[in-house]
Amino acid sequence: MAVDIRLATARKRVPLPADVGKHLVSPGDTITTDTGFMRGHGTYMEDEKLIASVAGAVERVNKLICVKPLQTRYNGEVGDVVVGRITEVQQKRWKVETNSRLDSVLLLSSVNLPGGELRRRSAEDELMMRDYLQEGDLISAEVQAVFSDGALSLHTRSLKYGKLGQGTVVQVSPSLVKRRKTHFHNLPCGAAIILGNNGYIWIYPIMEQKDDEAGGFVTNLEPVPLSDREVISRLRNCIIALNVHKMLLYDTSVLYCYESSLHQQIKDILKPEIMEEIVMETRQRLIDQEG
Amino acid sequence: MATVLLSEAEKVYVMHGVQDDLRIDGRGCEDYRHIEIETDVVSNTSGSARVKIGHTDILVGVKAEMGTPKLERPSEGFLEFFVDCSANATPEFEGRGGEDLGTEIANTLYRVFDNSSSLQLKTLCITPREHCWILYVDVLLLECGGNLFDAISIAVKAALHNTKVPKVRVLEDDEGAKEIELSDDPYDCICLNVENVPCIITLSKIGHRHVVDATSQEEACRMASLLVSVTSKGTITCFRKVGGGSLDPASIFEMLETGNRVGKALHKSLQTTLETEESLGKKRQKVGFLG
Repeated sequence: MAVDIRLATARKRVPLPADVGKHLVSPGDTITTDTGFMRGHGTYMEDEKLIASVAGAVERVNKLICVKPLQTRYNGEVGDVVVGRITEVQQKRWKVETNSRLDSVLLLSSVNLPGGELRRRSAEDELMMRDYLQEGDLISAEVQAVFSDGALSLHTRSLKYGKLGQGTVVQVSPSLVKRRKTHFHNLPCGAAIILGNNGYIWIYPIMEQKDDEAGGFVTNLEPVPLSDREVISRLRNCIIALNVHKMLLYDTSVLYCYESSLHQQIKDILKPEIMEEIVMETRQRLIDQEG
Repeated sequence: MATVLLSEAEKVYVMHGVQDDLRIDGRGCEDYRHIEIETDVVSNTSGSARVKIGHTDILVGVKAEMGTPKLERPSEGFLEFFVDCSANATPEFEGRGGEDLGTEIANTLYRVFDNSSSLQLKTLCITPREHCWILYVDVLLLECGGNLFDAISIAVKAALHNTKVPKVRVLEDDEGAKEIELSDDPYDCICLNVENVPCIITLSKIGHRHVVDATSQEEACRMASLLVSVTSKGTITCFRKVGGGSLDPASIFEMLETGNRVGKALHKSLQTTLETEESLGKKRQKVGFLG
């Protein structure tokens, strides 16, 4: 039994590596007075000056200037993989919470029926919606379309998407999840993760798949072995450490962080000095790997 | 309390974890999260403290005012508690949403301090039956991350430790009219002895075992909780059951024993930290809210 009480200490400023020549702005800062530029997201024009409306880094593509915010709600793009939680069951659709400005929508026609049937959804299917997904359930889905008001339309029309079983979810900032070819990773340490673009990371044990007839309609509620549990807890703490230190999250960085933390006890990873040590080691390894 | 929605599979995962003594973040059943504490954060109070446990953030301010003693206790001062659940913590607390929780916490605090040994209330008396010091303890919930009662009691103890009540003298005129004189030296104050101030330990029953310091995820899986208020010597001043589930008497005894053990360790740690902070004196760099 450990009770660790400390005095509050000021956050240490991490010096940015010298080669990062980012132009950082805060809301109200003038980006440029040159009128030849087109203004993109995160900027507005006032008195012939281009001013930033969010806090972030300025990005320039030829004549287009936009500001990419450091911390923001998730803005969905078509094709993104998201992990969301069902908040409401409505007629013919579910409302899913995905850390964006509006709840996303999962239409009944966008999910797979049990047994993989392909048919028109009937009134009975509508009544059976709650048997499949209830309030509080977690799903992994892909963004199919973006409505005009910004709400996302999701679909789970593939065997890799659907209702999630046992595991744990970690919330990080959406801007830290790197866009990659695949977001589903089976890590060599013994667990699997889904890096949702919306900032929800799902860590789960790799369980032996029995007959996949049910296809996500029945969840496996058997106890997870202790060794898998330790891996999952360690990964969770590592991801939180990377999030606190604002490092980009992708399979390599998570794996390196996991390996750096192996000599520490799982519960110690969240202590500030140990977190810092592990993240510095990870950062060093990533730089070495790139170089 | 701000409830987090969890799916059935997630709850099962948490329960099995608790059974194996490995919680989601790697802690054992009797481990606390990392606690950060700072006193003297609010300058216009007689004493203040801020406590952060994980995502739970509490600010307590103590103001000493003069008033008339209660009729049944004429030669003692007393404490008044007020808990404000700020809408910053969760949107549920907007408007009057947080009032119920606030009154519940305030009533618990009244019960915890409702004994003669917690605080030497006689030192707060100026003139019996006429003047005494009333300590208004205001608690502000800035963020809810589970385990509110523990954090609040730690913050209240730290704030009372930090409280400086000015020394006054009562002078009698020739006509018998009493005059209260404040001493000229602003640092001439009474410091309260918080040795016997109890702390609340919340024990949540999840499955067949109980855990200390539940996060909001774990609170969503618990059946019932036992709030035990323990002093540094291990005396239990009050205990209370919250939650809808039932607890059988054998498990209540076990939980009381755990509360006793954990409470003594918590008090020891807290006392050491508060003494360290005091010894830093004026040179201490205040972190405050922007650190």
